[in-house]
Amino acid sequence: MTEAKQKSDKVIVYTTPTCVFCKHVKSYLDDKGIDYDMIDVLADASKAQEMIDKSGQMGVPVTDFKGTIIVGFDKPKLDALVAA
Amino acid sequence: MEAVLEPTTDAKNPDRVMADVDSSASPSADQGPAKYDVIIIGGGPAGMTAAIYLARKKLKSLMLTKDIGGQAAWSSDVENYLGFSMITGTDLTKHFQDHMLKFSDEITMQLIVDGVHGITKSPTGFSVELKDGKTESARAIIIASGKIPKKLGIDGEDEFMNRGVTYCAWCDGPLFKGKSIAIIGGGNSTLDAALNVEKIVKDITIVNSTDALHGDEVMIEKVKVAQNIRILNHAQVLSISGDKLVRGVTVRDEQTGTDKELAVDGVFIEIGSVPATDYLANLVQLNEEQEIVIDKRNMSSVEGIFAAGDVTDVSEKQIIVAAGEGSKAAIQCSKWLSARP
Repeated sequence: MTEAKQKSDKVIVYTTPTCVFCKHVKSYLDDKGIDYDMIDVLADASKAQEMIDKSGQMGVPVTDFKGTIIVGFDKPKLDALVAA
Repeated sequence: MEAVLEPTTDAKNPDRVMADVDSSASPSADQGPAKYDVIIIGGGPAGMTAAIYLARKKLKSLMLTKDIGGQAAWSSDVENYLGFSMITGTDLTKHFQDHMLKFSDEITMQLIVDGVHGITKSPTGFSVELKDGKTESARAIIIASGKIPKKLGIDGEDEFMNRGVTYCAWCDGPLFKGKSIAIIGGGNSTLDAALNVEKIVKDITIVNSTDALHGDEVMIEKVKVAQNIRILNHAQVLSISGDKLVRGVTVRDEQTGTDKELAVDGVFIEIGSVPATDYLANLVQLNEEQEIVIDKRNMSSVEGIFAAGDVTDVSEKQIIVAAGEGSKAAIQCSKWLSARP
């Protein structure tokens, strides 16, 4: 069974200040010229829970790419979404 | 889940395939010229220092790494790296990376998701095959893949990876703000983890298998007086359980033989680390601790494969030692390449 994706035009990256791979996601999106919101889940517990609810796990970074959730810096998946 | 997360995910993928050929095997089918002078495996202090030294010799290197900074990036407070009286591992890693970026003409960094599959000899040097099937070639190799967290090997550990189980308190501690956690271990990494997150989390239960905490006396005293830290000695974690996320652990008291359930939201596993050499067992000589045996040129048992840092049998595992070893390996590698056609 597949869950219906939440359609969105937004790109959101959930991060923590110590997260190295979060910086890679940021650099990747900057290089592609993609606008995004970067959320520090340490600073906002409700956003931390939002990230956990969306991704089902607690690792960072989590990217909500217009409704598709990517956990970690997964360049192949990001490439595919950017190209779509 | 194949994505690369914080360094903790290295432990999530311990099933690296061993190199499928030894040093006496026939060369690979790759007959083309080596694309790089040197392939560096690992992007921690040893690898990054090696890359800079090679670059200053105008040698082109490809760095294959799962992360930036390695174990150094997991450190909270570094007080013994020359030039910095106190700096976080994250910031020190940023300094390393910024320095390396000055040599972008000579250094190519490639973040690899799943790791190295194997290394084979070729007529022009070596081929490194990645687990995603891609192959890169170079005239020489510097292995600087460091160490990865040791696993408990218990039920629930893999299942709840990144769903409450973590191997990096500094990386993931903030996500457990106001929650109850268990820290498994009894040495300095456990003490460091506890002191790092005590002001963030609600409470900490240290589950230590030995009779008493061991390590830095100053840290032990701080842990003992902390109001929200309790210590369970001679205790073993039997399993980790939960639903979508971790909800608890089962702990056995080794003295009484009784088991009890602890309600926790997070399990920080801090029981040490092992060399990241799973992909090398049939290629280079390893010692009993599975570290790469190197000579004073930082050469492994295979000519043209050098190694540096915590992945080797160097006696001390420190950030500054790793950097020094990286420079030695690069200097020797450069000399070795100069002497070859």
